[in-house]
This record gives sequence, C-alpha cells and structure tokens, in this order.
Amino acid sequence: MCGIAGICHINGPGQISLDTLNTMTAVLRHRGADESGIYIDDHIGLGHARLSIIDLTSGTQPIHNEDKTLWIVFNGEIFNYPELRKQLIDDGHHFYTTTDTEVVLHLYERGGLQCLSLLNGQFAFAIWDSSKKQLFLARDRMGICPLHYTIQNGYLYFASEIKSIFMEKKIKREINPIALDQIFTFWAPLPQFTAFKNIKELEPGQFLQINKSQINIKKYWHFPIPSRNEKIGASPEELTEELMHLLSDAVRIRLIADVTVGTYLSGGLDSSGITALVAKYFNHDVQSFGIRFEASDFDESVYQKQLASFLNVNHKELSISNNDIASHFSEILWHAEKPILRTAPVPLFLLSKLVSENGLKVILTGEGADEIFGGYNIFKETLIRKFWSRKPGDQNRADLITRIYPNIFKNPLLKKSLIKFFAQGLDKADDPLFSHLIRWNNTKRIKTFFSDDLKKEIGDYDCIEEIRQLIPDHFDTCSSLTKAQYLESTLFLSNYLLSSQGDRVAMAHAVETRPPFLDHRIIEFMARVPSVWKILGLNEKHILKKMFKDILPKNIVDRPKNPYRAPIQQSLLAGHNCEFIKGMLCETKIQKSGYFNAKKVHALTKKLNTQKNINEVDGMAIAGILSTQILDDQYIQNFPLTTNLPLIPNLMIDHRSDNTGKLAGKA
Amino acid sequence: MDYIKDINQLIVDNFLFGDENDLKNNASLLENGIIDSTGVLELISFLEETYKITIEDDEMIPDNLDSMNNINNFLKKKLSD
Repeated sequence: MCGIAGICHINGPGQISLDTLNTMTAVLRHRGADESGIYIDDHIGLGHARLSIIDLTSGTQPIHNEDKTLWIVFNGEIFNYPELRKQLIDDGHHFYTTTDTEVVLHLYERGGLQCLSLLNGQFAFAIWDSSKKQLFLARDRMGICPLHYTIQNGYLYFASEIKSIFMEKKIKREINPIALDQIFTFWAPLPQFTAFKNIKELEPGQFLQINKSQINIKKYWHFPIPSRNEKIGASPEELTEELMHLLSDAVRIRLIADVTVGTYLSGGLDSSGITALVAKYFNHDVQSFGIRFEASDFDESVYQKQLASFLNVNHKELSISNNDIASHFSEILWHAEKPILRTAPVPLFLLSKLVSENGLKVILTGEGADEIFGGYNIFKETLIRKFWSRKPGDQNRADLITRIYPNIFKNPLLKKSLIKFFAQGLDKADDPLFSHLIRWNNTKRIKTFFSDDLKKEIGDYDCIEEIRQLIPDHFDTCSSLTKAQYLESTLFLSNYLLSSQGDRVAMAHAVETRPPFLDHRIIEFMARVPSVWKILGLNEKHILKKMFKDILPKNIVDRPKNPYRAPIQQSLLAGHNCEFIKGMLCETKIQKSGYFNAKKVHALTKKLNTQKNINEVDGMAIAGILSTQILDDQYIQNFPLTTNLPLIPNLMIDHRSDNTGKLAGKA
Repeated sequence: MDYIKDINQLIVDNFLFGDENDLKNNASLLENGIIDSTGVLELISFLEETYKITIEDDEMIPDNLDSMNNINNFLKKKLSD
C-alpha cells in the first residue's frame, strides 16, 4: 500500500502550493518509504508515497496514460488486474509498466466511473483528467483503504490520512463534538465523519467527482442486504463447495505480489483457515505471525502453536505485556486519528512492526469472517432475544442467553440479575436497530463524563436517530441476522476494525493487510445465504466451519468464538508509562481541553486504581477519555506543521504554466 | 437501621461519578441503565467491602440487589443475622 495526497483548485486555474503538497506527501511516508512522486499543474497537485509491491522497478507514481492526459495516484491493490490488463491490451491500450495502478487508469480512460464495478481489490485513488479538467476520487467497497477530504476556500484537499491535510496551515484543526458523541456510543464515528470538524472521509464504496466546479459524491456499491425471498435455495453442501471455491480464489489472487506474503494467525477459526489455505494450496513456505498476552485471560498462543505445527508453518509470536500497551497507546493514536474505546489496536501495531522487521510487507488476515459468516455473539444474542421476545416470561428461552456468555454467567446464581440486563428492550423486538440498541445504550453511559460545554455543543443531536435515517428502505424485509450483520459491517467493521485496528496500525510500519473474507464476491454470495445456514441453532459460522473441517484440526473448528481483546485498565493505569497517562488525565489538562468533567474523571481514575472488579463500561470510559486527551494534545495543541523529513521526489511532473523549472528530475 | 442514604451515595459515587440522581428507591438499577451485566459483580464487591459481609451465591438475585429498596432490605436482614 501507499499514501496519496492532493490539492485541487475547484474553480479553474489557481495557485497550487508545491511546498504544501511536498509536506502533505512527506508526512505520509510511513505508509510507503520506497519512493515518492509529485504531479502538479495550474489546477491540481497529486502526491504519492510508495510502498512497492507490484512492479518494483518501473511502477513509480503518478502514472499516466498513452498521451499523458490522465494521471493517477493510487493506494492499495487490484487483485484481478492481470485479467483486466489483458482485456485492455486486446482493446488496444498500451502499457508502460506492469502495475495494477496503470490498469485502473486505462479502465477509467475506457469507461469512466464504470471502471469501479470491474475492480476486485482494496484501494483509494485519485485520477486527474488534465484535458477535461476533471478529478475522480474513489474508495473500495468495504473501506479497507482510507481517503479523507475537505473542501475549504475553493480548494479540495484530500489524503490517505488526516495529518496530511492538516499540513495546509490554513485548515483549522478542531475536534468535532458530534463525532465524539458518535464514538462514545458506537465505538467509531458514523460513515463520512472523522474526529475532526469539516474533515470528511469518503465512505466505503463511494466516489467523488469534480467536473467544471461541480462536485458530485455518490455510492457505487452498497453492502448487500437482500430480502428474505432473494435467498439461495441450495443445500449447505452445495453452498460450502461454492464458497470454498470462492474463498480459495480470493486467497489465491491476494497472494499476487512481487514480494513475500505472510499471514496473521490468532489461533481462531478465521485466521487459521486462511493460513491453512495459503499453506496447503499456494505456498509451502508460509510465515505466520501471532500475539501472545502476558494476561492469560486474553492469551490464545497455545492454539497458535498447535496450528503452526499442524500446518508446518514458520510461526513468529510477539509477547505483549501490559506495559507495552501503555507505552504505545499514545503512538497508535497519532496513526488512528480518532479516539478509541479499546486498547486492542496496540498489539496489532507492534505485530506489524515485527512483520516489517522480518522483511515482509504483505499479510493476509482473517478480518471480516465474523461479520460475513455470522460469528459474533451479538448475532446469536439477537436471535435469542428475538425468540425470547415472543414469550418474554418463558424461563427456558431466557436461559438460552446464558449459553453464549459462559464467562459472565460463570456464577450460575447470578443468572437472574444478568438475565434482567439482556431482557431490556425485548418489548421493542421490531425496532430495526433491535440487535445493537442494548449495546449502544450501554456504551453511551460513558457520555456522563462529557463536560457541560461539550454537551452544550452536541445539543439535542441524537446519533442513534441519525442511524435511523441512514438505514436502507427495505431494511424491514430483511431477517434479524441480516439487519444485525449490516449494522456491524457498515459501522464497526469499516470505521473501527479496518481503520484504527486495521490499515492505520499496519501502515504505521508500512505493512499492507489483505482480508480475503472481504472479497466482494464472498460478501455478495454470503448475503444471499439463508440466515439458518450461517448460525445453525446456536452454532456460529456453521458454513465456514464446514468449509474448514477438512483442513483444520477438529478442536480449532469446534472452539467457541473468542473475541480478540486486549487489557484496558490493567495496562493503562498500572503500566510503567502511567506518569504520562496520569498527566494527560490531570485536572488541569482535562479542564484545558474542555471535553470532559474533571471531577468525574478524577472519580473514575480513583475507582479504577482502587477496585479489583471493574465493569466493561468503566474500561471503555477510561480508554475513550484518555485517547481524546492524547488526540487533542497531538492534533490540536501541538500539531507539528512541518515535517523533519524533506521530500525529494523520485518523480516530479511539473506542468504549471509559470513553472520555474527549479526542481530537479523534471519530466 | 436504614441504609438507603448510604446505598444512594455508593451508587452516585461509583456508578454515576457524582451525578445526583432522581432515581426512585424502588427503580430497577439494571433497567434504568445504572449498572450493566458486569456492573452487578462490581456492586456485589462494593457491598461486601463496605459492609464487611459475604454475599452468598444464592443471595445474588434481583430481589436482593436490583433496586435501592431491595438492597436496603437485604442489608437489613443480612446485618441483623
């Protein structure tokens, strides 16, 4: 992957600052330090920081078409590019590189925005048509690659990361209270929002065009949620066979790279299945990476070891202590660029460092399987609560909930109290948000820490109401599971898992993660699989388990789902970095930034420091408050407007009418 | 002896972080979003520490824990034993 950046003067020719463009590109260099390139004319500047994966020698960007009227900067990968390239050559297109990037450019040349439907990949790119003066930005279907933008003072600024946009000094840097309200409810901002005022993120499956000063932003792909009568009637055996074929192909095309590809192996079903497919069918010399935790509650390394020996892969594990999490929490926020209610991105940040130190740039992951194949407890919880809601007084139905949370129901006699919690909202089982409301309502209790000023700025804005406006028209015709999958995939997967816990922490060390389960062919196929085959009774990921039963050990296939988590309060408040953390949470800092109620934050830290049994909500609260404080410090108070890494582009295309030709390497 | 005032204070301090509440004495703590499934365990350990009692497994039921009145009645009984 790479980093892209750009400045476009929307109303005809204008001043494009080469200095700003250079800094915008330089600050993205962690995403790709192999090369960099710049294109600039009187309308636009495009910057590119390259991580070379395909065509290591001639793929320097920006890349142009035959007559040099079209220019592209591209981040990501197109996995089906060899077929597309062949068709384009048959159609008479000429290529000067062997990159996937050049394929995208020629597809655009041939069919304009229609090119998007042909792409199978993960990407964010910008194409400038210098003869028609049109700009085209697009982002992949699920939002694996990031792309942010802002429109201010007649200019559009865009970049893979927000820090790049903030390199333009005229752009105001302010935390958006509305986004805080969303994050402190859903764990992530809603689509198109970022943590900052006036900085937007292009949504997954969306494009932006500028044509003669007109800006057009549209979705080209929607997460599929077919209604019940559009489901496939095939048997589970037929479905399994077809899906295994699709998944193998999704893995195969993701192994296309001119560099070694590795895998993340957590010991759970999804990453084990991917690693097994890679080892069995494509590559006998697999390098896998996994995390082990000092805190045994979180550790899965015993399964990783078992799999590494079963699959005969070269497995490297990284041991994570509570101190590691505290020490790097601040660093990952610089990359994540939004507050987080978890610490789970930190171990993945350190894991990508290990990958990079081992000389790898590309990793296949199991991300997305839980959303697409129905693996999360929230899905089973929804099915049970829906069933229970039809006979709310039925004790046997109520008891089912205890089976999916054996940990919190460890004490059988506490059952009655806990069941009462899950009974909330049973009378509203027809609510389109039924599956998630109980969770959101629980999380949003942490808004109690918001300061009066912040509450005033948020006013009567209601983020849950906003989601109601976003859900598709035919949502009511979908099954409970489909609805829950939609909410989980479009809110949490795209905006948190693939972002704060995905692209950002991997690209921090120039590692590209590729999730085969998020191949759009698999998503579209699984959408049409009846819910009953996804979760059979209370057996999650039924189809996926069938797919993997012949290539994985039985105990791995039968293991109950264990969500990936990392310790929060044990690490943040007890780690050796706690002086820095205490400083961020002290009354003066809290009052200065103004987002939180200092008295309440003090009460919370006191409680966390003295109590042993801490509830989940307090853990989310401390992570959310601390990460907001750090983000404010990094991006609002002390943002470094210059970068100490001067950019000397490997490729400099200067088409400005008054260009002074001062720069070396001019084409 | 009546513990309502103390229980209210305990809830305000530890679950509402100082927010004065207008919670009715008989209102369910779970249904009103004051505590969640993991908060029940925390409430139990607070009560055990504050009142130097051991809450037995068969006492961990909503009838004893899920409102200030219920906790009050439970404590009265427990502490007079």
